[in-house]
Amino acid sequence: MEAGETGTRTYLGVPLYRPRVAFFEFSSCEGCQLQILNNESTLLDFLSLVEVVNFREAMTARSDDYEIAFVEGSITRDDEVKRLKKIRKKAKVLVALGSCACFGGVNQLKNRFKDLNRVNKEVYGKRPIESGPVRTLEDIVKVDLKIYGCPVKKEEVEKIVLHIAIGKSIVLPKYPVCMECKRNENICLFELGEPCLGPVTRAGCDSWCPNSRAGCWGCRGPADEPNMEQMKKIMEEYGFSEETILDRLECFGGFSSLMGKGNTK
Amino acid sequence: MKKTCNVNIKPLTRVEGHGNIRIKIKNGKLQEAKWEVIETPRFFEAILKGKKWDNAPWITGRICGICSIGHTLASIRAVENAFGIVPDEQTRKLRILLKHMETLQSHTLHLCFLVLPDFMNTGSVFPLIKTHGDVVLRAAKIKKLANDVCDCIGGRRMHPTRTVVGGFTMLPEKEELRGFGDRLKDIIEDLMLVAELVKGFNLPDFTRETEFVSLKGEDSYPFIGGDMVSSDGVRMREEEYKKMTNEYMTDQSTSKWCRLSRDSFAVGALARLNNNFEFLHPAAKDAAGSGIGVAAVEVPRGILYHSYEFDDNGKIVKCDCVIPTGQNHANIQHDLEGIAEKYAAQGKTDRELELLTAMLVRAYDPCISCSVH
Repeated sequence: MEAGETGTRTYLGVPLYRPRVAFFEFSSCEGCQLQILNNESTLLDFLSLVEVVNFREAMTARSDDYEIAFVEGSITRDDEVKRLKKIRKKAKVLVALGSCACFGGVNQLKNRFKDLNRVNKEVYGKRPIESGPVRTLEDIVKVDLKIYGCPVKKEEVEKIVLHIAIGKSIVLPKYPVCMECKRNENICLFELGEPCLGPVTRAGCDSWCPNSRAGCWGCRGPADEPNMEQMKKIMEEYGFSEETILDRLECFGGFSSLMGKGNTK
Repeated sequence: MKKTCNVNIKPLTRVEGHGNIRIKIKNGKLQEAKWEVIETPRFFEAILKGKKWDNAPWITGRICGICSIGHTLASIRAVENAFGIVPDEQTRKLRILLKHMETLQSHTLHLCFLVLPDFMNTGSVFPLIKTHGDVVLRAAKIKKLANDVCDCIGGRRMHPTRTVVGGFTMLPEKEELRGFGDRLKDIIEDLMLVAELVKGFNLPDFTRETEFVSLKGEDSYPFIGGDMVSSDGVRMREEEYKKMTNEYMTDQSTSKWCRLSRDSFAVGALARLNNNFEFLHPAAKDAAGSGIGVAAVEVPRGILYHSYEFDDNGKIVKCDCVIPTGQNHANIQHDLEGIAEKYAAQGKTDRELELLTAMLVRAYDPCISCSVH
């Protein structure tokens, strides 16, 4: 089956359009792309929905003719800016894949140092390497859709791709991880003596970390209208230091606009 | 016979991260053979400065999407070594099982999804789903099982959630583990079939005498901690990792390079095999010094070192991560020169040389973003 043709897959009896998709990565661990290859049991179904024409981590052939671009990673170098702008021109839909692309991810932690030359020197000594402050995709180009998470949840990616293929609108949860955590009947992590950003972080991960009794670090960024004041109060009530809260709030960059610093829009 | 060749692969595909291969041959003479790493650095060592100890495993696991479990375990061990925490037997056993499963899924990804297309004359694994469905499905079955065990023990196959300093936030149920025991026995036959397939590969004819570096096992194959050895006879303790790696910068790479007894050495599955085929010496166990913790863990691509120095408040003042692929880069460069030299006189076409050199680098299963971090 050729890309762009309607294929054998149907939805409510209507043959599905099979979009051409491309995967690209900038400064990142490439883990979000790997999550696509990590869904062994549904990979074949996924591939019947879309035609992958660009995926450097998995295939040699490349094509500049694609409709949806999934872009992973944050931007730190001029050549990355150029590459991203080129991708934007070719793609009808540009999807930011994962926390690095959406918020800068753990990479943006280096932005907390005022003197980036010292950061460079710390790692490379007398032979610094070209690298600027960490920027998100949205700092450079228009982003049509964001898929949050570090890493992204493969089920969520599949659902979003399916929705694109059948032309259904995509609505991300507006409520926080806490809601999913309660629904999963987990013991509240605060009761177990663990700090957690579940009350303010956007849901959609099915409370992935709390399900393993690990507190949320906010990798999906803030829910709609997060109650930061109350979050702070809970943390204080359970005896966690301000530093512990800050460590988590600044870890993936999603909360930087609420913290009154950082680069995220 | 074409004796002039120009190969310019930019960037190499079916590997993790961004690297270029450049070969120039004129009249049968090798003019240039270069392995360039162009990946952007993310400065993890600087990022951790001033952060409390509990941030380290969570953040450094994100150095790599493929071997995040290895990074997390190395980070945890470095913290535990710094503070004199000795994990109990159950924790040690679960960690080693978790480590093995990451190695299994990573090697399966490398061999069956990334390398196999070279021997089947395709550009990716995707067309093989139609022509060699049994092979692809078998690989997917092995990979899925390994990943499922990682989910069960680590909480998540990538960037694990349950692995923390001191042990685990949550333990797997006995029944779950029993189920995996049965599934693991079941895939032995699949693994043998993969081995048969690989035996049938027509491997390019190229060898180069190499120094191999790995951990040294005490009574079993080594994966977490212990001494490092090289096939040239060097043996060092975990905390002496700097003398084992000797990192330095080079113009052709944003990743640091390493050397030991020669210009380059190799780490990874082959090094582990060469150095641990028989167990000659029992390794000495060492306790780490106060405030500084070093960890050496055999991740899929070779020895990974994490080293942290803490102040009195448990905050990191110095962080150092030495990545297996970083240790391999210099060796890849020398291999590349060797293979290009060998085939220069034979009049290979650009396409043939492109494939051969790409296969050579791919054989190392490089994790390039990891090596630059």
